[in-house]
Amino acid sequence: MEREANIGKKADEFLQIFRKGEEFTQELLKENERLRFRVAQLEEAVGRSGDETRIKLYEDRIKATEDELNSLKERYKQVEEENKDFAARYVEVEDENNNLANLYVASYQLHSTLDFNEVLKIVLEIVINLIGAERFAVILMEDKTNELVPVATEGMSLSDVPKVKFGEGIIGTAAKEGESYFSDNIRSRGNASNGQPVVCIPLKIKEHVIGVIAIYSLLIQKEKFTNVDYELFNLLAGHAATAIFSSRLYTQSERKLTTIQSFLDLLKEKPRR
Amino acid sequence: MPNILVVEDSPTMRQLISFAMKRIPNSKVIEATDGVDGLKKLSSEKIDLILCDINMPVMDGLKLVSLARGNPSYKDIPIIMITTEGAEEDKKKALAIGASAYLTKPIQTQELIKLVNGFINTPH
Repeated sequence: MEREANIGKKADEFLQIFRKGEEFTQELLKENERLRFRVAQLEEAVGRSGDETRIKLYEDRIKATEDELNSLKERYKQVEEENKDFAARYVEVEDENNNLANLYVASYQLHSTLDFNEVLKIVLEIVINLIGAERFAVILMEDKTNELVPVATEGMSLSDVPKVKFGEGIIGTAAKEGESYFSDNIRSRGNASNGQPVVCIPLKIKEHVIGVIAIYSLLIQKEKFTNVDYELFNLLAGHAATAIFSSRLYTQSERKLTTIQSFLDLLKEKPRR
Repeated sequence: MPNILVVEDSPTMRQLISFAMKRIPNSKVIEATDGVDGLKKLSSEKIDLILCDINMPVMDGLKLVSLARGNPSYKDIPIIMITTEGAEEDKKKALAIGASAYLTKPIQTQELIKLVNGFINTPH
């Protein structure tokens, strides 16, 4: 009986222990579940906080890229403006180069010979080809008669251009005052017989006028004068004057030298018996 | 290396055109003083382009163009006329006998260079 009671007591104890174990296990399972949930929450929180950091990082990068893009756009605009300036400057320099080439060629040709007629031919060439004149005359000062006498013409004959008294009319005044004359309407046709050119350029050595270039009409395609034309007029005023003057002196001295030489040869000849 | 024949009686214009042609890379300028001289140079040199005046002594530019166009060896060479003759009928006449382009004096160097470059860089 007592043994049975012991067994029953032990069974109860065992049952109690078993129940406690069961409860403990249940609690462990619950705790485990709670911890798993917590871990999941933490993992999610950690994941979320990583995304935010990354988004922040990306946003910063986008902002930096946008700033860089704006700065590049700004720089691009600046460079574009600079390019436009350079292109305009390039065109200006090219024009200037071309003008200088024209002036160089004109000057080179004018001083390439000491033959008076050749110099006159070169002056005519320059006025036709580089300025674009159709009818014009080179009129030189005759110191003995105080008259301006035509020595070369283009587009008309020498007889079409009358002699002009120094100081009279457009041509004479331009020669006297040493100032270029430009008609208000350079496209009009001047009249050579009446001494009415559209342009008159005095040929000067320093302040001494040796003649003029009188232009009576321009080529059909020549509508206006450009900067290089005025430069050429200036060049002609000085360089053509010195070239004409020196070649005329040279030709005269050559002629005199030939005469003197012939005279000397005559003197040297043995008198005939 | 393009060989450019400049047929022009005026030494001033020849020098000016030669100067301008220095701007065409690797180009070589051959000068002739009139149409006959131009034809001689055409037969003795390999020419890629001709720049030709109209009013010249001995043989004028129009005669040179018509002779060049009648010769199978030269018929495809571009010929640019450079002249003081600015009337429309002069231009039409020159183009009708075979000139490739027509420029009037005084020439604009930039325009000439552009035109020459256009012909040189275009296969013909």
